[in-house]
Amino acid sequence: MNMKWDDHGIKSPLARAKGLGAAGSHAVDAWIKLRVTAIANAILLIWFIWFLSQVIGVSHAEFIERLADPRNAIAMILLVISTFTHAVLGCREIVEDYIHCEFFKISKLVGMYLFFFALATVCIFSILKIAFIAGV
Amino acid sequence: MSDTPIAEHSPKKRPLSPHLQVYKPQMTSVTSILHRLTGVALTVGLVMFTWWLVAASIGAEAYGVFTDFAGSNIGLLLMFSWTLALFYHFANGIRHLIWDSGKLFKIENAYAAGYFVFAVTALFTALTWYCILNKMGGL
Repeated sequence: MNMKWDDHGIKSPLARAKGLGAAGSHAVDAWIKLRVTAIANAILLIWFIWFLSQVIGVSHAEFIERLADPRNAIAMILLVISTFTHAVLGCREIVEDYIHCEFFKISKLVGMYLFFFALATVCIFSILKIAFIAGV
Repeated sequence: MSDTPIAEHSPKKRPLSPHLQVYKPQMTSVTSILHRLTGVALTVGLVMFTWWLVAASIGAEAYGVFTDFAGSNIGLLLMFSWTLALFYHFANGIRHLIWDSGKLFKIENAYAAGYFVFAVTALFTALTWYCILNKMGGL
């Protein structure tokens, strides 16, 4: 089989080396997404601390009422999307750096993606349920 | 160079390049490792975060189970650790974003920013828990 790095045709050494790093060919995309979600997280963290200061120690009914406020529900969904994306990309960077066996690396990445997307979906569903049921 | 580590099992007994354990800890390496460590710790925290939202959506009883755990000694210890990790990751993350913009690379600046990150982490964590304990009537 002719592998990418065996191809000595017209390609420059750079063209042959591109995409062969630990992160594959999507490294730039992942790098940018990690930074964008980092900025989003930093902004949303300020809201999150304020929100926690409002709900720590309150009853379930009052917590539901606070979270059902559309402004809070939307901010919480944004926080979930941004945080989970940042978490999965951050973990991916670590896995790609430290797990060198291709099989374990891919298995770990697939498992991580399935787990985080499931958790994030559960979070968003819970927020929407609270917002739609308690918010009307 | 007698104490240069040698790759015992490689056929040519080549010297190994210096690895983590032969370096004295530096501000830059320690903050970098802590950044990853706190990142992973916070990822584990997302499981409890999910529990919080799910419990609230199920009802008062399930939410009570969550708040009981959160208010227990283990719960408080976990949340204190995550607060510490969160503010560290936040402050050091901003240091990383500044590096990404090409600034702060001079070694003395990187060190100063590192101490600043530790100071912010300690201050924000202390302030947050002062407010929490105050609100909960613990002080």
